[in-house]
Amino acid sequence: MHALITLIKKELQALLSTPQSRRMLIMPVILQLLVFPFAATLEVKNSTLAIYNQDGGAASTEIIQRLAAAKAFPSLVMIYSEAQLQETIDNQQALLAIRIPQNFSRQITTGQVAHIEAIIDGRRSNSAQIAYGYALQIVQQYVLEQATPAQLQSMPAQLVVQHLYNPNLEYRWFVLPSLVAIITTIGCLMVTALSLAREKEEGTFEQLLVSPLTPGYIMLGKAIPGILVALFQGSIIALAAVYLYHIPFTGSVWLLYLTMICYGLSLSGFGLLISSICANQQQAFLGVFGFMSPAVILSGYMAPIENMPFALQLVAAANPLTHAIAAIKGLFLKGYTFSQTWPHLWPLLLIASVTLTVAYFIFIRRSGQ
Amino acid sequence: MTPNPPSGAISIADLHHQFDGRPALSGISTAIQRGKITGLVGPDGSGKTTLIRLIAGLLKATSGTIKVENLDPIANASQLRGQLGYMPQKFGLYEDLTVQENLNLYADLCDLTGTARNESFKKLLTFTDLARFTGRPAGKLSGGMKQKLGLACTLLGSPKVLLLDEPSVGVDPISRRELWKMVGALAHDGITVIWSTSYLDEAELCDEVLLMSEGLLKFNGAPQEIINTMRGRSIQLRELGTNKRAVLKTALHCPEIIDGVIQGHALRLVLKTAGVLPDLASLNAGPNAHFVEVKPCLEDAFIDILGGGPGGTSVLAEHMPIARLAPDIDPDSVIEATQLTRVFGDFTATDHVDFKVKRGEIFGLLGPNGAGKSTTFKMMCGLLRPTSGQAKVMGIDLKTSASQARAQLGYMAQKFALYGNLSVDQNLQFFSGIYGLRGKAQQEMVNDMVRVFNLEPYLNTQAVTLPLGFKQRLALSCAVMHHPPILFLDEPTSGVDPITRREFWTHINGLVEKGVTVMVTTHFMDEAEYCDRIALIYRARTIAAGTPDALKLMASKEGETDITMEETFIRLVERDDSERKVAA
Amino acid sequence: MKHGPINLRHLLALCRKESYQIVRDPSSILIAFVLPVLLLFIFGYGINLDTSKVRLGVVLEDQGIEARRFADVLKGSPFLEVEMGTGNGNSRTAMQQQLQEGKVRGMLVIGSDFSSRVRSHRGVASLQLLTDGAEPNTANFLYSYLQGCLQVWQQQRATDQGLPVQTFSTLEPRYWFNPTTVSRNFLVPGSISVIMTVIGALLTSLVVAREWERGTMEALLSTSVTKTELLLSKILPYYVLGMVAMTLCVLVTTMLLDVPLHGSFWILFIVSSLFLGSGLGLGLFLSTVTRNQFVAAQTALIAAFLPATMLSGFVFEIASMPIVIQGVSYLIPARYFVSALQTLFQAGDIWHIILINSAFLLASALFWLGLTALKTARRLDD
Repeated sequence: MHALITLIKKELQALLSTPQSRRMLIMPVILQLLVFPFAATLEVKNSTLAIYNQDGGAASTEIIQRLAAAKAFPSLVMIYSEAQLQETIDNQQALLAIRIPQNFSRQITTGQVAHIEAIIDGRRSNSAQIAYGYALQIVQQYVLEQATPAQLQSMPAQLVVQHLYNPNLEYRWFVLPSLVAIITTIGCLMVTALSLAREKEEGTFEQLLVSPLTPGYIMLGKAIPGILVALFQGSIIALAAVYLYHIPFTGSVWLLYLTMICYGLSLSGFGLLISSICANQQQAFLGVFGFMSPAVILSGYMAPIENMPFALQLVAAANPLTHAIAAIKGLFLKGYTFSQTWPHLWPLLLIASVTLTVAYFIFIRRSGQ
Repeated sequence: MTPNPPSGAISIADLHHQFDGRPALSGISTAIQRGKITGLVGPDGSGKTTLIRLIAGLLKATSGTIKVENLDPIANASQLRGQLGYMPQKFGLYEDLTVQENLNLYADLCDLTGTARNESFKKLLTFTDLARFTGRPAGKLSGGMKQKLGLACTLLGSPKVLLLDEPSVGVDPISRRELWKMVGALAHDGITVIWSTSYLDEAELCDEVLLMSEGLLKFNGAPQEIINTMRGRSIQLRELGTNKRAVLKTALHCPEIIDGVIQGHALRLVLKTAGVLPDLASLNAGPNAHFVEVKPCLEDAFIDILGGGPGGTSVLAEHMPIARLAPDIDPDSVIEATQLTRVFGDFTATDHVDFKVKRGEIFGLLGPNGAGKSTTFKMMCGLLRPTSGQAKVMGIDLKTSASQARAQLGYMAQKFALYGNLSVDQNLQFFSGIYGLRGKAQQEMVNDMVRVFNLEPYLNTQAVTLPLGFKQRLALSCAVMHHPPILFLDEPTSGVDPITRREFWTHINGLVEKGVTVMVTTHFMDEAEYCDRIALIYRARTIAAGTPDALKLMASKEGETDITMEETFIRLVERDDSERKVAA
Repeated sequence: MKHGPINLRHLLALCRKESYQIVRDPSSILIAFVLPVLLLFIFGYGINLDTSKVRLGVVLEDQGIEARRFADVLKGSPFLEVEMGTGNGNSRTAMQQQLQEGKVRGMLVIGSDFSSRVRSHRGVASLQLLTDGAEPNTANFLYSYLQGCLQVWQQQRATDQGLPVQTFSTLEPRYWFNPTTVSRNFLVPGSISVIMTVIGALLTSLVVAREWERGTMEALLSTSVTKTELLLSKILPYYVLGMVAMTLCVLVTTMLLDVPLHGSFWILFIVSSLFLGSGLGLGLFLSTVTRNQFVAAQTALIAAFLPATMLSGFVFEIASMPIVIQGVSYLIPARYFVSALQTLFQAGDIWHIILINSAFLLASALFWLGLTALKTARRLDD
């Protein structure tokens, strides 16, 4: 037991030994923390709306004013010809263009149906669609107000929406809890995978093998510092989320740490697995990278898992990041209790035990024991 | 310091060099003669590599002049490169490329083409005996073969000046001799060679030597010149009746003696003044012991210049308790290998090797690179699992109870595997911790080590920046803190200067006096003489075993009385080769 | 034999050496070929930003015909996977639990007075939708979509009852350039920039540092090799590797993932070369300056890879970011590459965009390569 503590102490000392190494623990976290939440928004703000008003009446003016007032469209560009419309969209000067046809106002006031056209830049289809959604709401609201009682008769029902856990659908509330898991991934994997590879290159690994320490202890001696790094970095991000970005935290702190520990364990499992296969530091680094990229994409962070084909959903289930993100989001936004967090924790523990066991066996085989 | 720079193939005048204000070379002036082999000798950190790099133009001197065949290494760099061949310490080989591909690369970089190229290849491949291995990746070559390939690549450009930075480190005597022969032939052809080494027996064979220490040039001239100054001061104490180590220790305490080592059954001593012998009776060397004058060697002169060897008492050993054995362990087989075999695929690395090591004995495993010596060694440490046979330590079978066995052994790896970016103190704390020391006992032990090895000024220094001698001391202390009764040393003095080497062996001898059993591998044949018994492993089998003197006898021809250990090694290996050919 | 600053023989020999090293190292092959194809497939199939089937829980507190009819409309939707609540008054809490646990992404409560209000035209019958705000995109979609469903249902009902069918004015969408609006067509071209960054910056960041660490750099410096030859011998093989990988990616993208390339392949080739040049420059620069594989690689990860994924506009829209971050994105070569890629794949050869982006990429490439050339040592103490 004391030997284990010695191992862990050594690992932590090595991590903190050079200023370069210390910087590598903190800097990436801070950088990513500052950039990610702002960059990673699928919400549409600051986008330009182009308006080609072929009508001149009151109705079109009213609609244009409402669009102009919308938070989602801070800048409006007026267009006066078809050619200009073409150019605007071609050169990506506007995300969305609205063409209000001639006679629109006259038709609306006389109770006829008149449609407005929305031209969407398909190259940025994702953001454009969201922009379209906002514009649609505004137009529909206007139409509803213009409806006569008779028309209203055929519209007796209304949809009232309440967005739970994140009432204003702030994307940052969605991004930051996920970041707690994502940003710690790099740090933990580097510590476990690369440090082992480096010891092999330096020759100190042999020194460890010759000591009374069993391979199991040596592995634990690498896994636990990895978990500690994960906890450290995760805490920084969680604190930043709550105090800097004002994300609410509705769960309990000890559950958050429990989740981070389980996640750290599963990550360490992967890290040790990677390093047991790799011959040197370079391979270990590329191996970590090769694991991380698909892991982040398939975690549900960039797009929901339910949208993926079944085969990929299975892969996502084996991805520790998926479960960690679900649990952490729940703890931040949904007030998860233990019984609600547990369904996400046991897969992490399962992944950890499988990867650690496989790593152990490869370890033993490779060190000629 | 002569005012006019001396002439020669390479002339150096008042050369100073600093790294960030730290002096590395101070006031070096010399002339290196054309067509001769000049040895560059000195302890680690003396400035040998810096000097070579300055001559090659890889560094720009802080002050002073260098002229290589009248060219300035910096100003006339491109011109000089065509005439210079440089082999750095790591040989400059690309491990993923085959032997032939490495040769092709360097040939292209020298613009060697056409028939001249093919002829050069043929000549060099025969020269280095690598013709059969052209398709093998350089990373899979043995140490000696890598060295030869490195040299071959350097020679492709037909350089006029050859700079070799420690080309024979970690290479077995046979390969070393072959390398030497090759370089000798080159010098004969008129090439100027600078050969930097820490092996003084090699330096002795050079035409000229430059002895360096701490950036200063201590001696410059023919080896024989300085050896002659030692005439009458080298003696041997023969026919020791009793424990040679104890006698050595006593001898080193005598004021008349400045240095001493074990040589087989005898002691080789260096006197402070010629003819002034210590009192024989006081040495307790036994009734038949007597002094015999022997020819001095370069190492004697070197030690003399550096101020004499270390004393005979090991402070370390004094701090260690006596290594006692549990009563149920056979003191005659503290370390035991029985029919030890290891097979990798279809290649047998170790073939039914047997030996037993007694308590308090120093046992040496010798052999050429790739002979199976390291595999055997690793199996005895528990680093490798035997395919068949048994490896036992303190009566414990390493296959079944490896962990228990390992708590009883101390291990010093080649190149002193320490945690480079941790401090000396952190390393000490770590290694003591994993061997089970804790609390006050641990702290006391660490403090002891710091005191014994004078590590105080380096406590918070990163291990990677330590001078080589201190690295060795640190590695040794990390290996013995848990009072192991058995020590495994893997080439423990590779690249280290003679004085540090002697100090190291003083400690080892002291520990052995306290009952510690030691198993050591080395390429340094003088060290083989310090062993009580040796096993010579060649092509996976033990081809000779016994005391150093017994082996010398085996290898001696009719009438020969005093062959060196190195010669013994080479002859026994060659004999085995010819026996196999006959059998085949 | 050519004299002058570049000796062709030297250059070829060095390139050959570098190529052998690349080919014989399994991790390089993995990163240059296996990982990109894997990533392409994952991007192609894994990230589907268009919602396909969203799980919606429906709590039917009213058993009347209107309510059930509306529920049927929802069940029949291709975009919803409806899970009906069970039990009576308890089902609301049970369903909310499901929502909290993420088993459904939204929950629609059709209240007990729904049918009666609808029929009597007295007051407005309200449907309550609770969404999982932790998935804002999905929540947004659910709301918009259900609004649409409600409208369709009301119109249908009006027709059935002989009431005047009101079509209402609305905003009709027209898509230019990507008529099928499949995210794949959008994401996959952009992901090529990520892949090129990996090869360009990440792989090369290890290359020079490795030579320093292994001692072969010292040996090279003692030969007659020039700085230019050294640098070119590092750039060229990795350039070839990168372009082969790019071609492979384009083939996979167009043939296996069915993403159309509307622009010209050769323009794509040239623009990719410029981007790769910039990435190679950055990677080699880091490698040269740090002389340490570990540090170089980590810095490349942060300085090249992360910006390429986050700030290039390939998934996350640059215009939506705060001004400061937008400013930063102008410094990132990947931004220009992604813009060119998306235009070339989805629109075609729109010269205006391609030229501007190429100009920035060229400037970036020259900058990093130039800096590397400056920092390449010809002596150990350079």
